[in-house]
Amino acid sequence: MTLEPCDRCEELMQDFLDRTLTDREWQEAETHLADCEYCRRRYRFEETLRKYVRTTAAERMPPGLLGKLEELRGLDATA
Amino acid sequence: MGDAEPAPEARRIAAEARDRVRFEEEALGFADQVYRVARRLVGSREEAEDLVQETYARAFRSWRSYTPGTNMRAWLFRILTNLNVDRGRRIQRAPDTQPLEESDYYLANKLASAGGEEVLDQERVVERLSQDSVVRALSDIQPQFRDVVVLVDIGDFTYADAAQILDVPIGTVMSRLHRGRRALKQRLAEEAVA
Repeated sequence: MTLEPCDRCEELMQDFLDRTLTDREWQEAETHLADCEYCRRRYRFEETLRKYVRTTAAERMPPGLLGKLEELRGLDATA
Repeated sequence: MGDAEPAPEARRIAAEARDRVRFEEEALGFADQVYRVARRLVGSREEAEDLVQETYARAFRSWRSYTPGTNMRAWLFRILTNLNVDRGRRIQRAPDTQPLEESDYYLANKLASAGGEEVLDQERVVERLSQDSVVRALSDIQPQFRDVVVLVDIGDFTYADAAQILDVPIGTVMSRLHRGRRALKQRLAEEAVA
């Protein structure tokens, strides 16, 4: 089955952003993106979304936890 | 004991103590990252703290099973994910009533049809998706998919490291990651367009 160009570009998006496409697939995506504002916007959105998820989901370690972990040092294998 | 101990044995003990201290220092250097991932794998801050402490307790006890020079970060996270699965503490969720196979443009298309193409621009994304909705959406993904999304997209692990940590083939990591990200976007779309 042959996909429409935008469908094919959509299929390549995750691997494109993960940089795991083959050279040939990369070229294929780049060529389509150069001419397609619709897909470009969606790629940019996905990139923004990933960064946003990474920063919003990150919660710093509560103060005091590192001290508790320090206290675990030297634990015996039999303890 | 003590005085009669042969010097080579004393040297061996001293070297082992040094190795152990070095190991502990290196492991503690990852504490913030370990907490960050743990926090997104379990439901509450308290559970995440417990999980991190159990992870370090086990790591410190079994430090001899770590091979110096190998990937300590992956080694620690493997302990973390195993403990999490063993204790059945992963955030549970109701079984899926919807198909998970929404397309990759799904969220973008939903937002665009609700507010126009401009809402996809960088500065507008944050307005549409609150921090709470992202956290809620993440916790709402099936655990097997969430674990991979959290390791790769929040913990910054490569596919290969995630495969090693979860003890699954790399192809499984990739397919779970793709499905997990789609599920995340589906949940976000439900919230953002509701």
